[in-house]
Amino acid sequence: MKHIVTLKTRNLCESAANGGCGECQTSCQSACKTSCGIANQRCEKAEKKQSK
Amino acid sequence: MIHRYQLNGFNIVLDVCSGSIHAVDELAYDMIGLFEDHSREEIRAAMLEKYAAVSEVTAEEIDRCYEDIEELRDAGALFTPDTFQPMAGTFKERSANVVKALCLHVAHTCNLNCSYCFASQGKYHGERALMSFEVGKQALDFLVANSGHRRNLEVDFFGGEPLMNWQVVKDLVAYARSIEKAAGKNFRFTLTTNGMLIDDDVIDFANREMHNVVLSLDGRREIHDRFRVDYAGRGSWERIVPKFQQLVEARGGKDYYMRGTFTHQNPDFLKDIQTMLDLGFTELSMEPVVCAPDDPMALTDADLPIVMRQYEELARLMLQREREGRPFTFYHYMIDLTGGPCIYKRISGCGSGTEYMAVTPWGDLYPCHQFVGEEKFRLGDVWHGVTNPAAQAEFANNNLYAKDECRDCWARLYCSGGCAANAYHATGSVMGIYEKGCELFRKRMECAIMLGVARSMEDEDEA
Repeated sequence: MKHIVTLKTRNLCESAANGGCGECQTSCQSACKTSCGIANQRCEKAEKKQSK
Repeated sequence: MIHRYQLNGFNIVLDVCSGSIHAVDELAYDMIGLFEDHSREEIRAAMLEKYAAVSEVTAEEIDRCYEDIEELRDAGALFTPDTFQPMAGTFKERSANVVKALCLHVAHTCNLNCSYCFASQGKYHGERALMSFEVGKQALDFLVANSGHRRNLEVDFFGGEPLMNWQVVKDLVAYARSIEKAAGKNFRFTLTTNGMLIDDDVIDFANREMHNVVLSLDGRREIHDRFRVDYAGRGSWERIVPKFQQLVEARGGKDYYMRGTFTHQNPDFLKDIQTMLDLGFTELSMEPVVCAPDDPMALTDADLPIVMRQYEELARLMLQREREGRPFTFYHYMIDLTGGPCIYKRISGCGSGTEYMAVTPWGDLYPCHQFVGEEKFRLGDVWHGVTNPAAQAEFANNNLYAKDECRDCWARLYCSGGCAANAYHATGSVMGIYEKGCELFRKRMECAIMLGVARSMEDEDEA
Protein backbone atom coordinates (compact mmCIF):
# COMPACT_ATOMS: atom_id res chain seq x y z
CA MET A 1 0.00 0.00 0.00
CA LYS A 2 1.41 3.39 -0.99
CA HIS A 3 0.90 5.81 1.89
CA ILE A 4 2.82 8.85 0.70
CA VAL A 5 3.14 10.49 -2.70
CA THR A 6 5.82 13.18 -2.86
CA LEU A 7 5.40 15.95 -5.40
CA LYS A 8 8.24 17.23 -7.51
CA THR A 9 9.33 20.51 -5.91
CA ARG A 10 12.36 22.76 -5.87
CA ASN A 11 14.60 21.81 -2.95
CA LEU A 12 14.92 25.04 -1.00
CA CYS A 13 18.01 23.94 0.92
CA GLU A 14 19.84 23.15 -2.31
CA SER A 15 18.69 26.43 -3.88
CA ALA A 16 21.12 28.24 -1.57
CA ALA A 17 24.05 26.88 -3.57
CA ASN A 18 23.34 28.80 -6.72
CA GLY A 19 20.82 31.41 -5.59
CA GLY A 20 20.60 35.08 -4.82
CA CYS A 21 21.29 36.49 -8.30
CA GLY A 22 18.72 39.24 -7.67
CA GLU A 23 17.29 39.31 -11.18
CA CYS A 24 13.77 38.39 -10.07
CA GLN A 25 10.94 40.73 -9.16
CA THR A 26 11.65 42.72 -5.98
CA SER A 27 8.18 43.26 -4.57
CA CYS A 28 4.47 43.29 -5.45
CA GLN A 29 5.23 46.03 -7.99
CA SER A 30 4.10 45.14 -11.52
CA ALA A 31 1.28 43.11 -10.01
CA CYS A 32 -1.24 43.36 -7.19
CA LYS A 33 0.41 46.41 -5.58
CA THR A 34 -1.05 45.76 -2.15
CA SER A 35 0.47 42.63 -0.67
CA CYS A 36 3.90 41.11 -0.82
CA GLY A 37 4.12 37.40 -1.34
CA ILE A 38 6.97 35.79 -3.17
CA ALA A 39 5.50 32.35 -3.70
CA ASN A 40 4.17 33.25 -7.12
CA GLN A 41 7.26 35.02 -8.36
CA ARG A 42 9.35 33.48 -11.07
CA CYS A 43 12.99 32.49 -10.73
CA GLU A 44 14.85 34.18 -13.55
CA LYS A 45 17.55 31.50 -13.55
CA ALA A 46 14.97 28.75 -14.02
CA GLU A 47 13.40 30.73 -16.86
CA LYS A 48 16.75 31.21 -18.56
CA LYS A 49 17.47 27.49 -18.34
CA GLN A 50 14.09 26.64 -19.83
CA SER A 51 14.46 29.02 -22.74
CA LYS A 52 17.85 27.61 -23.79
CA MET B 1 8.73 22.17 10.89
CA ILE B 2 5.83 20.67 9.00
CA HIS B 3 2.32 21.88 8.20
CA ARG B 4 -0.47 19.33 7.85
CA TYR B 5 -3.91 20.16 6.53
CA GLN B 6 -6.90 18.62 4.79
CA LEU B 7 -8.53 20.33 1.85
CA ASN B 8 -10.71 19.24 -1.03
CA GLY B 9 -10.34 15.59 -0.10
CA PHE B 10 -6.55 15.67 0.10
CA ASN B 11 -4.34 15.10 3.15
CA ILE B 12 -1.39 17.39 2.59
CA VAL B 13 1.92 17.61 4.42
CA LEU B 14 4.30 20.46 3.72
CA ASP B 15 7.88 20.20 4.91
CA VAL B 16 8.43 23.91 5.41
CA CYS B 17 12.19 24.25 5.10
CA SER B 18 12.89 21.84 2.24
CA GLY B 19 9.74 22.91 0.38
CA SER B 20 8.73 19.25 -0.06
CA ILE B 21 5.04 18.54 -0.45
CA HIS B 22 3.48 15.17 0.24
CA ALA B 23 -0.01 13.90 -0.48
CA VAL B 24 -0.65 11.18 2.08
CA ASP B 25 -3.35 8.74 3.14
CA GLU B 26 -5.17 8.99 6.48
CA LEU B 27 -2.79 6.62 8.21
CA ALA B 28 0.36 8.49 7.16
CA TYR B 29 -1.35 11.80 7.97
CA ASP B 30 -1.98 10.69 11.52
CA MET B 31 1.44 9.11 11.95
CA ILE B 32 3.32 12.15 10.66
CA GLY B 33 1.38 14.25 13.16
CA LEU B 34 2.61 12.03 16.01
CA PHE B 35 6.09 11.28 14.69
CA GLU B 36 8.16 13.93 16.43
CA ASP B 37 6.72 13.59 19.91
CA HIS B 38 5.96 9.89 20.24
CA SER B 39 7.90 6.63 20.13
CA ARG B 40 7.41 4.08 17.38
CA GLU B 41 5.62 1.78 19.82
CA GLU B 42 3.27 4.54 20.98
CA ILE B 43 2.39 5.42 17.40
CA ARG B 44 1.81 1.75 16.47
CA ALA B 45 -0.51 1.28 19.45
CA ALA B 46 -2.42 4.47 18.71
CA MET B 47 -2.92 3.53 15.06
CA LEU B 48 -4.00 -0.04 15.82
CA GLU B 49 -6.62 1.38 18.16
CA LYS B 50 -7.84 4.09 15.79
CA TYR B 51 -7.99 1.85 12.72
CA ALA B 52 -9.18 -1.32 14.50
CA ALA B 53 -12.11 -1.57 12.09
CA VAL B 54 -9.95 -1.19 8.98
CA SER B 55 -8.59 -4.60 7.97
CA GLU B 56 -5.80 -3.19 5.74
CA VAL B 57 -4.19 -1.34 8.64
CA THR B 58 -2.13 -4.10 10.25
CA ALA B 59 0.89 -3.80 12.53
CA GLU B 60 3.08 -4.64 9.51
CA GLU B 61 1.45 -1.92 7.40
CA ILE B 62 1.94 0.62 10.19
CA ASP B 63 5.61 -0.36 10.41
CA ARG B 64 6.03 0.04 6.64
CA CYS B 65 4.47 3.49 6.80
CA TYR B 66 6.72 4.42 9.73
CA GLU B 67 9.76 3.41 7.68
CA ASP B 68 8.54 5.51 4.75
CA ILE B 69 8.36 8.52 7.07
CA GLU B 70 11.85 7.81 8.45
CA GLU B 71 13.17 7.53 4.92
CA LEU B 72 11.75 10.92 3.97
CA ARG B 73 13.14 12.48 7.14
CA ASP B 74 16.60 11.05 6.40
CA ALA B 75 16.37 12.31 2.80
CA GLY B 76 15.67 15.86 4.01
CA ALA B 77 12.05 15.90 2.90
CA LEU B 78 10.31 15.82 6.30
CA PHE B 79 11.04 17.61 9.59
CA THR B 80 13.88 19.54 7.96
CA PRO B 81 15.38 22.00 10.45
CA ASP B 82 15.54 25.71 9.67
CA THR B 83 19.19 26.52 9.02
CA PHE B 84 18.58 29.66 6.97
CA GLN B 85 18.81 32.39 9.61
CA PRO B 86 22.53 33.17 9.12
CA MET B 87 21.79 33.87 5.45
CA ALA B 88 18.87 36.20 6.14
CA GLY B 89 20.63 39.53 5.80
CA THR B 90 23.13 38.53 3.15
CA PHE B 91 20.97 39.13 0.09
CA LYS B 92 20.22 42.73 1.01
CA GLU B 93 23.83 43.30 2.12
CA ARG B 94 25.08 42.01 -1.20
CA SER B 95 22.66 44.23 -3.11
CA ALA B 96 23.14 47.29 -0.90
CA ASN B 97 22.65 50.49 -2.90
CA VAL B 98 21.37 48.55 -5.90
CA VAL B 99 18.03 49.76 -7.25
CA LYS B 100 16.34 47.63 -9.88
CA ALA B 101 12.69 48.70 -9.88
CA LEU B 102 10.84 51.99 -9.79
CA CYS B 103 7.19 52.85 -9.56
CA LEU B 104 6.76 56.10 -11.45
CA HIS B 105 3.81 58.11 -10.18
CA VAL B 106 3.32 59.88 -13.47
CA ALA B 107 -0.04 61.31 -12.42
CA HIS B 108 -1.10 62.29 -8.92
CA THR B 109 -4.58 62.87 -10.18
CA CYS B 110 -7.40 60.66 -11.34
CA ASN B 111 -10.51 60.82 -13.47
CA LEU B 112 -12.31 58.50 -11.06
CA ASN B 113 -13.25 59.31 -7.49
CA CYS B 114 -13.14 55.91 -5.80
CA SER B 115 -13.76 56.32 -2.10
CA TYR B 116 -11.70 53.24 -1.17
CA CYS B 117 -8.55 54.41 -2.99
CA PHE B 118 -5.47 54.03 -0.77
CA ALA B 119 -3.98 56.91 -2.78
CA SER B 120 -6.86 59.24 -1.85
CA GLN B 121 -8.16 59.65 -5.41
CA GLY B 122 -4.60 59.63 -6.73
CA LYS B 123 -3.43 62.65 -4.74
CA TYR B 124 -1.71 60.68 -1.96
CA HIS B 125 -2.96 63.29 0.51
CA GLY B 126 -1.08 66.02 -1.38
CA GLU B 127 -1.49 68.27 -4.40
CA ARG B 128 -2.64 67.15 -7.81
CA ALA B 129 0.33 66.93 -10.20
CA LEU B 130 1.66 65.33 -13.36
CA MET B 131 5.24 64.13 -13.73
CA SER B 132 7.22 66.02 -16.34
CA PHE B 133 9.32 64.19 -18.93
CA GLU B 134 12.46 65.70 -17.34
CA VAL B 135 11.68 64.25 -13.91
CA GLY B 136 10.82 60.86 -15.43
CA LYS B 137 14.01 60.85 -17.52
CA GLN B 138 16.08 61.65 -14.44
CA ALA B 139 14.35 58.77 -12.63
CA LEU B 140 15.30 56.36 -15.43
CA ASP B 141 18.88 57.65 -15.42
CA PHE B 142 18.97 57.23 -11.63
CA LEU B 143 17.72 53.66 -12.02
CA VAL B 144 20.28 52.70 -14.67
CA ALA B 145 23.12 54.38 -12.74
CA ASN B 146 22.23 52.54 -9.52
CA SER B 147 21.31 49.13 -10.91
CA GLY B 148 24.79 47.60 -10.67
CA HIS B 149 24.98 44.29 -12.47
CA ARG B 150 21.21 43.79 -12.60
CA ARG B 151 20.03 43.37 -16.16
CA ASN B 152 16.24 43.26 -15.73
CA LEU B 153 14.89 46.63 -14.61
CA GLU B 154 11.19 47.01 -13.80
CA VAL B 155 9.39 50.30 -14.25
CA ASP B 156 5.72 50.71 -13.42
CA PHE B 157 3.59 53.56 -14.66
CA PHE B 158 1.24 54.25 -11.81
CA GLY B 159 -0.89 56.97 -10.34
CA GLY B 160 -3.52 58.18 -9.84
CA GLU B 161 -4.34 57.41 -13.38
CA PRO B 162 -1.24 57.20 -15.60
CA LEU B 163 -3.21 57.60 -18.84
CA MET B 164 -3.85 61.21 -17.78
CA ASN B 165 -0.16 61.76 -18.57
CA TRP B 166 0.03 59.39 -21.54
CA GLN B 167 2.40 61.34 -23.77
CA VAL B 168 4.99 61.43 -21.00
CA VAL B 169 4.60 57.67 -20.52
CA LYS B 170 5.24 57.12 -24.23
CA ASP B 171 8.20 59.49 -24.25
CA LEU B 172 9.75 57.80 -21.22
CA VAL B 173 9.40 54.37 -22.79
CA ALA B 174 11.06 55.68 -25.96
CA TYR B 175 13.88 57.18 -23.89
CA ALA B 176 14.40 53.95 -21.95
CA ARG B 177 14.49 51.92 -25.16
CA SER B 178 17.07 54.34 -26.58
CA ILE B 179 19.50 53.73 -23.70
CA GLU B 180 18.89 50.13 -22.61
CA LYS B 181 21.10 48.34 -25.11
CA ALA B 182 24.20 50.46 -24.53
CA ALA B 183 23.62 50.20 -20.78
CA GLY B 184 23.23 46.39 -20.95
CA LYS B 185 19.75 46.56 -19.44
CA ASN B 186 16.33 45.15 -20.21
CA PHE B 187 13.43 47.39 -19.20
CA ARG B 188 10.16 45.73 -18.29
CA PHE B 189 7.27 48.15 -18.15
CA THR B 190 3.92 47.76 -16.42
CA LEU B 191 0.91 50.00 -16.79
CA THR B 192 -1.85 50.10 -14.16
CA THR B 193 -5.01 51.78 -15.38
CA ASN B 194 -8.68 52.31 -14.56
CA GLY B 195 -9.43 52.06 -18.28
CA MET B 196 -11.33 55.33 -18.72
CA LEU B 197 -8.91 56.75 -21.30
CA ILE B 198 -8.05 53.58 -23.19
CA ASP B 199 -8.21 54.12 -26.94
CA ASP B 200 -6.64 52.50 -30.00
CA ASP B 201 -3.35 54.31 -29.45
CA VAL B 202 -3.12 53.12 -25.83
CA ILE B 203 -3.99 49.56 -26.85
CA ASP B 204 -1.42 49.49 -29.63
CA PHE B 205 1.36 51.03 -27.56
CA ALA B 206 0.64 49.08 -24.37
CA ASN B 207 0.50 45.79 -26.20
CA ARG B 208 3.80 46.52 -27.91
CA GLU B 209 5.77 47.96 -25.01
CA MET B 210 4.22 46.90 -21.70
CA HIS B 211 5.47 43.64 -20.22
CA ASN B 212 2.36 43.60 -18.07
CA VAL B 213 -0.88 45.59 -17.90
CA VAL B 214 -2.94 45.78 -14.72
CA LEU B 215 -6.59 46.64 -15.36
CA SER B 216 -8.80 47.71 -12.47
CA LEU B 217 -12.22 46.04 -12.43
CA ASP B 218 -14.07 44.95 -9.31
CA GLY B 219 -16.29 42.37 -10.99
CA ARG B 220 -20.06 42.64 -10.76
CA ARG B 221 -21.39 45.87 -12.14
CA GLU B 222 -23.20 46.84 -8.94
CA ILE B 223 -20.09 46.15 -6.86
CA HIS B 224 -17.77 48.00 -9.22
CA ASP B 225 -20.05 51.00 -9.60
CA ARG B 226 -20.54 51.37 -5.88
CA PHE B 227 -17.01 52.73 -5.46
CA ARG B 228 -15.47 53.22 -8.90
CA VAL B 229 -17.37 56.35 -9.91
CA ASP B 230 -16.48 59.52 -11.76
CA TYR B 231 -16.68 62.99 -10.21
CA ALA B 232 -20.33 63.22 -11.18
CA GLY B 233 -20.96 60.06 -9.19
CA ARG B 234 -21.61 57.88 -12.25
CA GLY B 235 -20.33 54.31 -12.27
CA SER B 236 -17.55 53.47 -14.73
CA TRP B 237 -18.28 49.76 -15.40
CA GLU B 238 -20.18 50.26 -18.64
CA ARG B 239 -17.53 52.58 -20.07
CA ILE B 240 -14.44 50.56 -19.22
CA VAL B 241 -15.45 46.92 -19.75
CA PRO B 242 -15.62 47.10 -23.58
CA LYS B 243 -12.23 48.88 -23.61
CA PHE B 244 -10.65 46.22 -21.41
CA GLN B 245 -12.09 43.50 -23.63
CA GLN B 246 -10.68 45.19 -26.71
CA LEU B 247 -7.24 45.62 -25.10
CA VAL B 248 -7.05 42.04 -23.86
CA GLU B 249 -8.17 40.60 -27.17
CA ALA B 250 -5.49 42.58 -28.97
CA ARG B 251 -2.85 41.64 -26.41
CA GLY B 252 -2.17 38.31 -28.07
CA GLY B 253 -1.44 36.31 -24.94
CA LYS B 254 0.96 38.79 -23.32
CA ASP B 255 0.70 39.20 -19.55
CA TYR B 256 -2.15 41.16 -18.05
CA TYR B 257 -4.14 41.12 -14.82
CA MET B 258 -7.72 41.99 -14.28
CA ARG B 259 -7.33 43.33 -10.77
CA GLY B 260 -10.25 43.77 -8.42
CA THR B 261 -10.58 44.94 -4.86
CA PHE B 262 -12.99 43.34 -2.42
CA THR B 263 -14.31 45.09 0.68
CA HIS B 264 -16.83 44.57 3.45
CA GLN B 265 -19.44 45.11 0.71
CA ASN B 266 -18.44 41.97 -1.20
CA PRO B 267 -16.63 39.38 0.90
CA ASP B 268 -18.39 36.92 -1.45
CA PHE B 269 -15.97 37.97 -4.16
CA LEU B 270 -16.15 34.70 -6.07
CA LYS B 271 -19.22 36.15 -7.76
CA ASP B 272 -17.00 38.97 -9.01
CA ILE B 273 -14.42 36.50 -10.28
CA GLN B 274 -17.26 34.70 -12.07
CA THR B 275 -18.31 37.98 -13.68
CA MET B 276 -14.77 38.56 -14.92
CA LEU B 277 -14.74 35.07 -16.41
CA ASP B 278 -18.13 35.64 -18.05
CA LEU B 279 -16.70 38.79 -19.63
CA GLY B 280 -13.92 36.70 -21.19
CA PHE B 281 -11.04 37.60 -18.87
CA THR B 282 -8.80 34.76 -17.66
CA GLU B 283 -5.85 36.39 -15.82
CA LEU B 284 -7.39 37.47 -12.54
CA SER B 285 -6.48 39.01 -9.23
CA MET B 286 -8.76 40.03 -6.36
CA GLU B 287 -7.22 41.88 -3.45
CA PRO B 288 -8.55 42.69 0.00
CA VAL B 289 -9.10 46.43 0.45
CA VAL B 290 -6.31 48.41 2.13
CA CYS B 291 -7.86 50.87 4.58
CA ALA B 292 -8.06 51.82 8.25
CA PRO B 293 -9.66 49.15 10.47
CA ASP B 294 -12.50 51.53 11.49
CA ASP B 295 -13.38 52.35 7.86
CA PRO B 296 -16.85 51.03 6.94
CA MET B 297 -15.29 49.32 3.91
CA ALA B 298 -12.75 47.38 6.03
CA LEU B 299 -13.15 43.62 6.21
CA THR B 300 -14.55 42.60 9.59
CA ASP B 301 -13.91 39.51 11.67
CA ALA B 302 -17.32 38.27 10.55
CA ASP B 303 -16.25 38.63 6.90
CA LEU B 304 -13.19 36.42 7.31
CA PRO B 305 -14.93 33.00 7.29
CA ILE B 306 -16.82 34.08 4.15
CA VAL B 307 -13.58 35.15 2.47
CA MET B 308 -11.89 31.89 3.47
CA ARG B 309 -14.70 29.90 1.86
CA GLN B 310 -14.39 32.00 -1.29
CA TYR B 311 -10.73 31.09 -1.58
CA GLU B 312 -11.52 27.38 -1.27
CA GLU B 313 -14.37 27.55 -3.77
CA LEU B 314 -12.19 29.54 -6.13
CA ALA B 315 -9.59 26.77 -6.09
CA ARG B 316 -12.30 24.18 -6.83
CA LEU B 317 -13.61 26.33 -9.68
CA MET B 318 -10.12 26.51 -11.17
CA LEU B 319 -9.78 22.72 -11.11
CA GLN B 320 -13.21 22.27 -12.62
CA ARG B 321 -12.51 24.70 -15.45
CA GLU B 322 -9.10 23.14 -16.12
CA ARG B 323 -10.79 19.77 -16.57
CA GLU B 324 -13.28 21.39 -18.93
CA GLY B 325 -10.45 22.89 -21.00
CA ARG B 326 -11.34 26.45 -19.92
CA PRO B 327 -8.49 27.29 -17.50
CA PHE B 328 -7.96 30.63 -15.83
CA THR B 329 -5.30 32.10 -13.59
CA PHE B 330 -5.62 33.59 -10.12
CA TYR B 331 -2.57 35.67 -9.23
CA HIS B 332 -2.13 34.34 -5.70
CA TYR B 333 -2.47 30.71 -6.73
CA MET B 334 0.32 30.81 -9.28
CA ILE B 335 2.88 28.83 -7.30
CA ASP B 336 5.67 27.35 -9.35
CA LEU B 337 6.54 24.38 -7.16
CA THR B 338 9.49 23.23 -9.26
CA GLY B 339 10.98 26.60 -10.20
CA GLY B 340 9.92 29.22 -7.67
CA PRO B 341 12.24 31.66 -5.94
CA CYS B 342 15.48 30.49 -4.31
CA ILE B 343 15.92 30.51 -0.55
CA TYR B 344 17.74 33.88 -0.53
CA LYS B 345 14.72 35.50 -2.06
CA ARG B 346 12.34 33.77 0.32
CA ILE B 347 14.04 35.00 3.48
CA SER B 348 15.19 38.47 2.50
CA GLY B 349 11.84 40.25 2.71
CA CYS B 350 10.19 42.67 0.33
CA GLY B 351 12.55 44.83 -1.73
CA SER B 352 10.65 48.02 -0.89
CA GLY B 353 12.95 50.83 0.18
CA THR B 354 16.05 49.08 -1.09
CA GLU B 355 15.83 47.57 -4.58
CA TYR B 356 12.40 49.06 -5.19
CA MET B 357 11.28 52.66 -4.74
CA ALA B 358 8.42 54.89 -5.77
CA VAL B 359 8.98 58.26 -7.47
CA THR B 360 6.52 61.13 -7.04
CA PRO B 361 5.69 63.62 -9.82
CA TRP B 362 8.26 65.93 -8.19
CA GLY B 363 11.05 63.31 -8.22
CA ASP B 364 10.93 62.42 -4.52
CA LEU B 365 11.81 58.83 -3.59
CA TYR B 366 9.72 56.73 -1.19
CA PRO B 367 10.16 53.09 -0.13
CA CYS B 368 7.13 52.02 -2.16
CA HIS B 369 3.92 53.36 -3.67
CA GLN B 370 2.03 52.73 -0.43
CA PHE B 371 4.37 55.01 1.56
CA VAL B 372 4.10 58.00 -0.78
CA GLY B 373 2.91 61.03 1.17
CA GLU B 374 4.24 59.75 4.51
CA GLU B 375 6.87 62.42 4.95
CA LYS B 376 9.02 60.58 7.47
CA PHE B 377 9.58 57.82 4.91
CA ARG B 378 10.84 60.16 2.18
CA LEU B 379 14.19 58.64 1.21
CA GLY B 380 15.60 61.34 -1.06
CA ASP B 381 15.12 62.30 -4.69
CA VAL B 382 16.14 61.19 -8.16
CA TRP B 383 18.85 63.86 -8.44
CA HIS B 384 20.64 63.24 -5.13
CA GLY B 385 19.69 59.63 -4.46
CA VAL B 386 19.02 58.40 -0.93
CA THR B 387 19.68 61.20 1.55
CA ASN B 388 17.73 59.70 4.46
CA PRO B 389 19.74 56.56 5.28
CA ALA B 390 17.99 56.15 8.65
CA ALA B 391 14.63 55.66 6.93
CA GLN B 392 16.17 53.27 4.42
CA ALA B 393 17.89 51.24 7.16
CA GLU B 394 14.51 50.16 8.52
CA PHE B 395 13.77 48.50 5.19
CA ALA B 396 17.29 47.16 4.64
CA ASN B 397 17.16 45.38 8.01
CA ASN B 398 13.68 44.03 7.42
CA ASN B 399 13.91 40.33 6.67
CA LEU B 400 12.04 37.21 7.65
CA TYR B 401 14.06 36.57 10.79
CA ALA B 402 13.70 40.14 12.03
CA LYS B 403 10.10 39.37 12.99
CA ASP B 404 9.52 36.99 15.90
CA GLU B 405 5.98 36.24 14.76
CA CYS B 406 7.22 34.90 11.42
CA ARG B 407 9.63 32.35 12.83
CA ASP B 408 6.92 29.93 13.85
CA CYS B 409 4.71 30.49 10.82
CA TRP B 410 4.61 27.61 8.34
CA ALA B 411 3.95 30.01 5.43
CA ARG B 412 7.02 32.16 6.03
CA LEU B 413 8.95 30.91 3.01
CA TYR B 414 6.00 31.78 0.76
CA CYS B 415 5.48 35.35 1.96
CA SER B 416 8.99 36.39 3.00
CA GLY B 417 7.68 38.40 5.95
CA GLY B 418 4.84 40.16 4.21
CA CYS B 419 4.12 43.71 3.16
CA ALA B 420 5.92 46.50 5.02
CA ALA B 421 3.15 48.98 4.22
CA ASN B 422 0.40 46.66 5.48
CA ALA B 423 2.45 46.12 8.65
CA TYR B 424 2.99 49.84 9.13
CA HIS B 425 -0.64 50.72 8.65
CA ALA B 426 -1.80 47.94 10.98
CA THR B 427 0.77 48.33 13.76
CA GLY B 428 2.65 51.62 13.26
CA SER B 429 5.87 49.76 12.45
CA VAL B 430 7.23 48.33 9.21
CA MET B 431 8.60 45.49 11.36
CA GLY B 432 5.11 44.65 12.60
CA ILE B 433 2.68 41.97 11.49
CA TYR B 434 -0.69 42.52 9.85
CA GLU B 435 -2.33 39.49 11.40
CA LYS B 436 -5.56 39.57 9.37
CA GLY B 437 -3.52 39.73 6.17
CA CYS B 438 -1.44 36.79 7.41
CA GLU B 439 -4.57 34.70 7.95
CA LEU B 440 -5.75 35.40 4.41
CA PHE B 441 -2.29 34.71 3.03
CA ARG B 442 -2.04 31.33 4.76
CA LYS B 443 -5.42 30.31 3.38
CA ARG B 444 -4.38 31.32 -0.13
CA MET B 445 -1.19 29.27 0.17
CA GLU B 446 -3.11 26.22 1.41
CA CYS B 447 -5.35 26.52 -1.63
CA ALA B 448 -2.45 27.09 -4.02
CA ILE B 449 -0.54 24.07 -2.71
CA MET B 450 -3.72 21.97 -2.86
CA LEU B 451 -4.04 22.90 -6.53
CA GLY B 452 -0.49 21.63 -7.07
CA VAL B 453 -1.36 18.39 -5.33
CA ALA B 454 -4.60 17.95 -7.30
CA ARG B 455 -2.86 18.52 -10.63
CA SER B 456 -0.07 16.17 -9.70
CA MET B 457 -2.55 13.43 -8.70
CA GLU B 458 -4.47 13.88 -11.95
CA ASP B 459 -1.22 13.60 -13.93
CA GLU B 460 -0.39 10.40 -12.04
CA ASP B 461 -3.83 8.94 -12.72
CA GLU B 462 -3.42 9.66 -16.44
CA ALA B 463 0.10 8.16 -16.57
